[in-house]
Amino acid sequence: MQDTLLDIRGLKTWFKTEDGMVRAVDGVDLRIDRGETVGVVGESGCGKTVTARSVLKLIDMPPGRFEAGQILWQGRDIIPLDQDEMNQIRAREIAIIFQEPMTSLNPVYTVGDQIAEVIALHQKLSPRQAMAGAAEMLRLVNIPNPQKRVHDYPHQFSGGMRQRVMIAMALSCQPKLLIADEPTTALDVTIQAQILELMQEMKDKFGMSIMLITHAMGVVAETCQRVTVMYAGKVVEEAPVEALFGDPRHPYTQGLIRSIPRIDRAVSRQARLESIQGTVPSLLNPPAGCRFAARCKHAMDICTQGIPPLKEVAPGHRVACVL
Amino acid sequence: MNRQYIIRRLLIAIPSLLGISVILFGILAMAPGDPFEELATNPAIPPEVRMALRAKFGLDDPVWQRYLHWFSAMVQGDWGFSFQSRMDVDRLILQRLPVTLIVIGASQILAISVAIPVGVLAAIKPYSIFDQIASTFAMIGFSLPTFFTGLVLILVFSIQLDWLPFVYRADINAKGWAFYGEHIKQSIMPVVVLGLAQAGTLVRFMRSSVLDVIRLDYVTTARSKGIGERKVIVRHVVRNALIPVVTLIALQLPAVFGGAIVTEQIFRVPGIGSLLIAAIQANDTPVVMGVTFIISCLVVLFNLIADILYGWLDPRISFR
Repeated sequence: MQDTLLDIRGLKTWFKTEDGMVRAVDGVDLRIDRGETVGVVGESGCGKTVTARSVLKLIDMPPGRFEAGQILWQGRDIIPLDQDEMNQIRAREIAIIFQEPMTSLNPVYTVGDQIAEVIALHQKLSPRQAMAGAAEMLRLVNIPNPQKRVHDYPHQFSGGMRQRVMIAMALSCQPKLLIADEPTTALDVTIQAQILELMQEMKDKFGMSIMLITHAMGVVAETCQRVTVMYAGKVVEEAPVEALFGDPRHPYTQGLIRSIPRIDRAVSRQARLESIQGTVPSLLNPPAGCRFAARCKHAMDICTQGIPPLKEVAPGHRVACVL
Repeated sequence: MNRQYIIRRLLIAIPSLLGISVILFGILAMAPGDPFEELATNPAIPPEVRMALRAKFGLDDPVWQRYLHWFSAMVQGDWGFSFQSRMDVDRLILQRLPVTLIVIGASQILAISVAIPVGVLAAIKPYSIFDQIASTFAMIGFSLPTFFTGLVLILVFSIQLDWLPFVYRADINAKGWAFYGEHIKQSIMPVVVLGLAQAGTLVRFMRSSVLDVIRLDYVTTARSKGIGERKVIVRHVVRNALIPVVTLIALQLPAVFGGAIVTEQIFRVPGIGSLLIAAIQANDTPVVMGVTFIISCLVVLFNLIADILYGWLDPRISFR
């Protein structure tokens, strides 16, 4: 039995809109163990980000609400916790970095102020000590000349540098879990590699777990131990990374993997890059059966009749498909 | 704070004031009317005397010459001579200016200190009952003109309830606290009328500005840090939301002076507004020129203050 940090059980985060309930996250199970990197993949709008933000309760309520389920953080359900109790967990135990480094920092404060703010708050340090801590964090994330750079404003940093600042800020209280919500999507490719490398390095240093949300399968293959594939607010497959890439069971996962461009497969007219036809179903009125049925090549009558539950097909490999 | 930025802003103010004075002078020179009009209808004064007076005051010189004359005198502190009250313009203005500044200043402080908290609270819970009430009052505040609200207040508080005087008196026979008490009492209505008109627009503006900022990513970042909600709002939302509101306050200032002129008329406040109107009616050009130029200077000055405030609120600006 491994040491489980985060255990999400049957989480449903819904949003009330004028058109009705949007079931953004509709029964998600997800487990993250200590020291593990878990990838959460799926296309835009599948509920990855809402799942991540639910863990820190960063969802605006209303319009959002937790319809059902539990989010167990080290065995304790955080859904009933109030703001003050959540603020003890935020940054100190679970930290998050976002997709858009350009807009995630407040433009009117220096990066040092913003990092020192967390340090001073959670470690009860004086502003001066906190600022020294901020400079130390900048040095850790390889920002040159950190003593001087703490006094610079976000607009004086490039996108990649800002993401480093975000990582420095997230790690400044040594959280046990870092949620990275598409941390490299807005960056160019060379910077992406640097940021992933930095996250790996920080993970080794602080021994934290990472929940890596992404839609880039290549990133997952490189960094994660386990992967959860989400589709339309539900988990469709969950497996160790080798099993997922070696033996994908769900037609959606198979489609995702086939849609990765690969240099070793000849680009000829016969072998065009595959894509998954169609679009994600509306989460307002999700179809009754398997949500992928409408786009699935193997769809049968049974697929539209009931939602297939997650079944274990191999140790640690679970899939929600009748096949 | 960047000293260079402030100096740069200060230097920009000089050409704008020069431009304003040229335009004001030009318009006044083109305006019809003659300060010695009354003398023309007076049979006791022969036309030669009138002509001599015109020549003495340089009224028949070309416009550019008169402008240069006015300008060089103004720079040396001589603002001209009022035809009407037979007094130096600068003394006349200095007598009236403090009252206007106090009334406008107090109304601005009132407007800002009411509008900012109300706008923020309305935006934190949009469409709540508080928001609805605030929006309704804001709508009333900015759609009713000051001459209307002024009269309503006079009707209610002076005539019906008899709590407040409706004529502003410069000569109060009291000393010490009673003197200030009377002054405050008679300033309440003009300040409230001007302030509430201003607050209406500001509330709406602050509310939408906060609503814009509160959705931004860095506010979510701030929440994810475990900072209490109140601190998130004050530190990470209000400061950023104030940037466009400072623009609005600065841009509205000329309108506030306009409103003050009207309000001064209603409450008979002896400020520069009533001086200006009396001077216009008497064709007293030196006074008109002096007052309008002073108002322009104040507007330019407050824009300068707004620019400096921007630089403080948003460091991206002072870095150019």
